[in-house]
This record gives sequence, structure tokens and C-alpha cells, in this order.
Amino acid sequence: MSAMSDASHGAPEHPEHDPHLAHHFDDAQQQFDAAKMGMWTFLVTEILFFSGLFCAYAVYRSLYPDLFEGAAKYLNTTLGAINTLVLLFSSLTMAWAVRCAQLEQKKGLILTLALTLACAFGFLGIKYAEYSHKFHEGLLPGANYSAALHQGPEWLEEHGVDIHSHAPIPEAVEQAALAKDGRSYGLFFGIYFAMTGLHGIHVLAGIAVILFLLIRAIQGRIKRENSVIVDNVGLYWHLVDLIWIFLFPLLYLIN
Amino acid sequence: MSTTTIANEEQVAEPGGFRHGDYLTCDKGWKSWAFTLDHKRIGVMYMLGVVFSFFLGGMFALVLRMELFTPNPTIIRSGDTYNQLFTLHGAIMIFLVIIPSIPAVLGNFVLPIMLGAKDVAFPRINLMSFHLYVIGMVMLVAAILSGGLDTGWTFYTPYSTVVSQTSVVMAVMGAFVLGFSSIFTGLNFVVTIHKMRPAGMTFFKMPLFLWSLYATAIIQILATPVLGITLLLIVVERTLGFGIFDPKMGGDPVLFQHFFWFYSHPAVYIMILPAMGVISELITTFSRRRIFGYSFIAYSSVLIAIFGFLVWGHHLFTSGQSPVATAIFSILTFSVSIPSAIKVFNWMATMYKGSISLQTPMLYAMSFLFLFGIGGLTGLFLGMLSVDLHLHDTYFVVAHFHYVMMGSALVGFFGGLHFWWPKIFGRMYDEKWGRIGAIGIFVGFNTCFFPQFIAGVQGMPRRYHQYEEIFRPYMVISTIGAFILGIASLIVFVNLYKSLKKPYDAPPNPWGGATLEWTVTSPPPHHNFDEEPKIYDPYNLEAVVWDPETRSYKHLEGQGLLGDGEQDA
Repeated sequence: MSAMSDASHGAPEHPEHDPHLAHHFDDAQQQFDAAKMGMWTFLVTEILFFSGLFCAYAVYRSLYPDLFEGAAKYLNTTLGAINTLVLLFSSLTMAWAVRCAQLEQKKGLILTLALTLACAFGFLGIKYAEYSHKFHEGLLPGANYSAALHQGPEWLEEHGVDIHSHAPIPEAVEQAALAKDGRSYGLFFGIYFAMTGLHGIHVLAGIAVILFLLIRAIQGRIKRENSVIVDNVGLYWHLVDLIWIFLFPLLYLIN
Repeated sequence: MSTTTIANEEQVAEPGGFRHGDYLTCDKGWKSWAFTLDHKRIGVMYMLGVVFSFFLGGMFALVLRMELFTPNPTIIRSGDTYNQLFTLHGAIMIFLVIIPSIPAVLGNFVLPIMLGAKDVAFPRINLMSFHLYVIGMVMLVAAILSGGLDTGWTFYTPYSTVVSQTSVVMAVMGAFVLGFSSIFTGLNFVVTIHKMRPAGMTFFKMPLFLWSLYATAIIQILATPVLGITLLLIVVERTLGFGIFDPKMGGDPVLFQHFFWFYSHPAVYIMILPAMGVISELITTFSRRRIFGYSFIAYSSVLIAIFGFLVWGHHLFTSGQSPVATAIFSILTFSVSIPSAIKVFNWMATMYKGSISLQTPMLYAMSFLFLFGIGGLTGLFLGMLSVDLHLHDTYFVVAHFHYVMMGSALVGFFGGLHFWWPKIFGRMYDEKWGRIGAIGIFVGFNTCFFPQFIAGVQGMPRRYHQYEEIFRPYMVISTIGAFILGIASLIVFVNLYKSLKKPYDAPPNPWGGATLEWTVTSPPPHHNFDEEPKIYDPYNLEAVVWDPETRSYKHLEGQGLLGDGEQDA
């Protein structure tokens, strides 16, 4: 993404050239338009990238509505809601950063980018807490799913499982737990981890590009003429936010 | 532009730091190639990758055909080895050869020059595309060396996720990386065509090759990401047991087929549309007539791109999808033939009463018309539900898609390569051997694949290394054809390669084309245009005349410029 608005080209420039204008563009407006259009086109590919998963979600939810409602109760709605607020706030600071860049307010730019970055880390921190809880409870995709692990320690002890040992759970206990739940939720957690995992990777990529912008901002290399790069990172960040806005109700709020 | 032979000029530093000379000689050393931002050099490097992969995939094909010379196993003893060989043939030919062939090689080279621009909109992303292509190629080859691949190029689940013992993950990740290479090329082309057209060149004044690249790029942008996510799901299924496509865990393998063909059917148009664009340029140039039905050809490219998205279900006729869906997909499949036929009729109308010269590129263009006709019409047999039940998974299907992918897409690539070769390398190839190669490919191709239609109708299934005695005559003829095709390909590339030994001898415009790349020197200067380019009408061929003094075609002074008021025929 950053390359899209990067101005320089391998060939030597005309000395009188605007240093922010790549040699193959006629003028700054053309370069700005191209960078903007490139970013929007890239976002279209991102939406289609996620669309496969949304499609899989729609197919399986219509095939097995009970599976989704049953499994969603194991998701932590509070943490999901906090994360939604964190991302929404980070979109605000990102939009603010775009304005700061256009007005060449260096301090404001650094502050808003740093806040956005902090929110991104906060989001991933909360996600980490959620994930490790799921791992612990056996709420894993497909083959790794274990129904017994989230029945609680009392239930496990009743069925003769030593919860302090790391021995694998006997098949009979697993079957009893599955019978209690009525079904395996492995397919749901396959979709949950695929969707939130892919989204998480996009947050990581967002952290990388925002960090890049922050360094440039501190170095004072972001000017009005090349502020389109902040604009483009902002667009990307809003998309990441937007996808989460869809993921949160589809996964957390369905029961 | 005024001399026939442009010697290797000394590199002269001009005021402003621009180095003089053409793009091939302006910089030296491997780094000036591997990390270049010049779209022309990137195109040439893609060409090396594509030609290397073509011969690699071709070798696999010849081994397969050699085995099929006799009904019983001879050189390939086990079905598993046979599975690996046809998988590698298919995966290499599709992901490494046909998809990048025209857009990444010829499109990269020609597109900015046709627009009078100095480069594509995002040169760095263009270079990244190429690097991703190389990484993807290395990963596919690594998969071959570290256990092979036997899933077929379609990676159908659950075979690819649960059963296969080969390096599926490596190959799938390779295809994933190649997908992103393709996406970024498409993104670059769309933005370049939108934002960098010169003043006066509206969309409907563009060369038709650009229309076809534009339609292709739209498909690349919209379809390839879906392949990306599907391939990632295969990886997590195989390594972490996600179960989204595994019936044992409630998943649905047919959903995989839907996802896969949602990309891979449009991908067929990623392969064929650019070839159609090349053919439009070849036919009009070598018939010396303005292209007939310009706007019909332009719109039909876009229509093919749109219809291409709506027909993927015809790959699933026998998968158990609902009868209603099957019927709708069948009807939509027929509708693709309309824009395709529009193109063919317009090309023929362009040739009608033209003064046709049968030079090498034109021979390829005429081969294309014939082979695409057969490939397209046999597609209608397969789109027909009742007939498809009989022909499904037979050699009829194999023959059909080879007529479209090899007979049309690659023949279009070869034609374009011969057309733009003098422009790319500044040298003329030997015309006689060029024609022998073109005819050899035409004859070899038909000998190889036409008998497969008959074998398929008689019920010969695809993907087996042994067969019943009654199919022997077809298979023997087919194998002979494959070797003719192999030898002809060798002739083509040896002939092209030999031309590189000569000094520059190509005039700026050897064929009489009216598009902008023919107005610059062969090979073009580093920045494409040494002076502000004049923007000519791409199809006003009457304004382009032979100039015996420079032994080149050139525009009559002040004629054929865009905005002359010349209307579309």
C-alpha cells in the first residue's frame, strides 16, 4: 500500500521536478487520483477476499442454524463489544490523522497516529485474551474441537477426568460431553477462527503501515503534497474496522 | 526514428540526468534488471519466466503423451505417478504460463506505450508483481521436488485436504502467491487505463488490446481474491483440520467446488480475453483495414467478463447441485457464446476485402480464428445438460479446453509475441522459419487434440494412464501430434532466439500498425517517448504508409491523428 503513493522512481529526476511527483505522472493531481483509485481498487479485492468466508458463513448458518446459535453462547460478548468500541475510536483518530496531514499539523498527526496504533494493539491484546480462553476450553476448529473441556471442572471430575494432568481426554468422556451439548461446534469455530484470524492478520498489517506513517511523521516527511499516503492508510484502516463491524454481530450477537 | 538500423548508442548523460539510449542498453548488470521499475524490462523478465515454464510444462505433457501411445503402462508404471505428471502439467501451464502470458508479458510492455505514457501507474507494485511471480514459481517447483502434487490443478477437497500424501500445502501457497501477482498486475492496468490516457483518447478511441486487458484486469481484481481465500482454507484444513470442506465435520466439499470455480471459470476468460485483444490488433494491421465494429468488439470484451462470472456452476453439473441451478447455469453458459461470436464475426468482416498479408503474426491470428471456433463451439456441447452427462470427464472435455487454452490463448500469445518481437528486441526474426513454426503449431495442435474429441465421444475417460484397445488409433495419432507440436514450439523459440544474435535491424514500424508503440524506435527509448508523443487514431491504417527510404511504415505527415473526425466503420 505504501508503495502505491510512493513518489520516487528508479530513474533520475529532472532537477526542477517537484520531489513528490513521480516522473511518469503529468502533474500532482493525476498522481493523487491514481493513488486514490489504486487504493479503492485494492479495497475491492480485500472485500472479495473476505467474501468467501462470509459466503461460507451464510451457507452453513442456513444449513445448521442451531449450530450457530448453540456455539455463539461460548463467545464473550463483553470483550467483543469493547473491541468494537476500540476499533470505532481508532477509526475516529485515523480520520483525524488524515485531516492533520492535510493541514500539516505535525504534532496532531503524531498524536492521532499514536492513538490509532495504541487502539490496534489494544484490539489485538483483547483478541489474544479471547483466543487463549478458547484454546483452554477446547473451543477449537474442526478436528481439534473438544466438547469435554468446556463442561467445567466439576463435570469433568464427575466423569473421572483428572483436570490437573495433561493426559488426553478418554473418547467415552468426549462422547458423553458431545451428547450433553447435542452436537459438536467444531464447524462454527472453524469459521470463527478463520474470519477473526484473517481479520487479525489485517490488523497486524495495519499496525505495520501505521507505524511506518508514524515514523515518517516524526521525521517530518509527511507534507500536504504527499498526504495521500495517510489518506490511503486511513481508507484501509476504515475497511478493517468495517469488516469487524460485520463480524461482531454475525458471530457474537446471534443468540 | 529515421534510420533503419539503430546502433547501440553510447550512453550519454543529458542535462537533467536522463541517460540516452534504448531500454535494453540504458543500464547494465543483473540488478538493473531484477530491481528495475521499467515496465518494459519487467515484461521481458516475465517473458523469460513464461517461456521457461512453457517448456517445463510441455515436457510433462510429452511424457504423458508418450505413455498414452500404447494402451498398457510402459514408461509410467503407476497411476500415482501419472496423477502427479498431469497435475504438474496443468498447474504449471495455467498458473505460470497462460495466466501471465499475455497480460504480464505483452500487456506490461505495450500498455503504457499505447497510452503515450512513460510507465504504468504504480511501477513499484508492477515490480512486486513480478517478484511474487518468481516466488510463486519457486514454491511450485519446490513442491514438485519435495513430494510432487497429485490433486489435479483443481485441488478438489477432500482429496487435497485429507487423502493426498504430496506437498499440497507448498503448491497451494505457491498458487496463492501467484494469485496476488495477478491481482496487482490487474490493479495496475485498471488504474493506468483510467488515469493515464492522453488527452483526446477516450475509452472508445483506445486500441482494442487495451479494452481486452481492461476487461481481463477487472476479472483478475474481482475473481482472484476468492481463489486466494479458498486456497488459504485448504491450507488450514490440511494443517489444522478446520473442517469447513470436510463432510466428516459437517463441512461441504461441493462448497469448495463453488468457491474454486467462482475464480477458475472467470480465469478462463483471464486467459482468453487478452488473446482476443491481440487478435484484434493483428487482424486489422495485416488486413490493412480499419477494425470492423469497434464498439461491438469493445463491449463484447466487457460482456464476456460479466457473463464469465455467472457460469461457474457448469463445472458442477454432475456434483448434485440443484436442478434449477443447473438449468440456469446451462442457459447462462450459452449466453457467453454471443459476445464471443460477435468478436469472431467482426474479425472476419475486418478481413473481408482487406489486403491481407500472410506474415507470421497473421498466420497465428488465422489459426486462432479456426481453433477458437472449434474450442468455442464444442463448449456448447458441454453446456448442454443432457450431452454433458455423457461427455463429463471424458477426453472430449480435455480436447475442448485445450482448444481454448492452448489453441486460442497460447496461439494468441505466440501471434502477439511475433507481432511485438521487433518492437521489444529491435530485431526481425527469420520470416520463413517463423511461418514454418506457425504452420507446424497449427498442424501439430490439431493432430494432437482433434482425435481426442472422437475418443471422448466414444467414452474414453480422462486422467487414466491405461485405456481400452479400441481407443488406440486416436491416442497414437494424438501422441504423434503432440510431438509435432513440441518440435514446432522448439522451432518457434529457436527462431526467435537466433534473431537476438543480430544487431538491431528492426524499423520502428515493420508491419504498418497505427498504434502508438509503432511510432517510437525499436526497441523503445528508456522513457518510451523522447519527445511529447502525437496521439494517433489506432485504426486509421490508411494514414500509415510504407516509406521505402527508411524501410518502415510511417504516418503521413499530420494525418491519422485522433480527433480528425474519422468515424468508426
